[in-house]
Amino acid sequence: MKEILGDLERWRRQGKRVALARVVDIEGSGPRLPGAAMAVTEDGEVAGSVSGGCVEGAVVTESLQCLEDGSRRIVTFGYSDDEAFAVGLTCGGTIHLYLEPLDW
Amino acid sequence: MSDSIFDTLRAAIEAEAPVALATIVAGPGDPDDLPEGLEVGAKILVRPDEEPLGSLGNEDLDRVVIRDALGELSAGTTGIRHYGPNGEARQDVLAVFVESFAPPPQMLIFGAVDFTAALSRVAKILGYRVTVCDARPVFATTQRFPYADEVVVDWPHRLLDKVGPDLGQRDAICVLTHDPKFDVPAVIAALKTDVGYLGAMGSRRTTEDRNRRLKEEGVADEQLATILAPIGLDLGARTPEETAISICAEIIALRSGRHAPSLRNTSGDIHS
Repeated sequence: MKEILGDLERWRRQGKRVALARVVDIEGSGPRLPGAAMAVTEDGEVAGSVSGGCVEGAVVTESLQCLEDGSRRIVTFGYSDDEAFAVGLTCGGTIHLYLEPLDW
Repeated sequence: MSDSIFDTLRAAIEAEAPVALATIVAGPGDPDDLPEGLEVGAKILVRPDEEPLGSLGNEDLDRVVIRDALGELSAGTTGIRHYGPNGEARQDVLAVFVESFAPPPQMLIFGAVDFTAALSRVAKILGYRVTVCDARPVFATTQRFPYADEVVVDWPHRLLDKVGPDLGQRDAICVLTHDPKFDVPAVIAALKTDVGYLGAMGSRRTTEDRNRRLKEEGVADEQLATILAPIGLDLGARTPEETAISICAEIIALRSGRHAPSLRNTSGDIHS
């Protein structure tokens, strides 16, 4: 989260609603460690990253959803046979993200 | 808003003060199943020697999580911990994400030489707070080491008398003076600290000579064995920049416990 503090602060000052996605757990090979964070504003601005670019697009969608319904939840991305067409990581790992509105 | 958790967290991180943020990120499946008073998203901000800010919703849970968060903070680790509703350790009702924001690790570089300039630059990329120390005021200048956070004109062992007790496993000391007059007292002082990495630069002959002098000063063989000398991995590095990479790579390998060939454990030419 450290790298995006400046963006978060600026958006808060501007009164924008922001969703925060943080890597809380990884299994197997994951590009970013727990603590890696990405933030998305209601108007679609993005800061930070949670993978090597594999799932960021999907995280934007999930984040906007989270701003819309105010939900706080864990979202998992990874490759498995029955989800072969879902968004996955090219490295074969699985990452668990915790998403929430930055309202604290 | 000045007392919000985010603002307090941001202020602590910017001041490089240690701080940990604990968040309930999941309950047992259906969020509605969470025990009364607990909810996903509840937070507590933990700082050593300061009152915690916020609450996870239950005093007993708070107490246990504060203790664990302080532990994660001193180790510099971040991850999920599982608890029962009142902080019971062997239950898996709650998943609490504890994120540590430890102050940056420190690298002390002794010797104001060209290798120091390159090493301070690479160390900054890796997130170290870098201090360069040399007793010669002509060489130990901020102009020569623009990437260092601090340039200290003093004998390294005297600097260590002051800051040595605060150094820990995440910190590194690199002795690049390769002059026995500075090296020997610096290494002896460095051996008294708890740093996770102690490396000393020099040719294989310089290293042998230094080891002999250290032994004469009463340093035991077990202690000598903890010094990475000649410093760095056996990469065939030539330039100061390449040498800096080989030193930083050795630090990473030592921390992760992976097998990478340290110059200490190889023989033959250091430079390709």
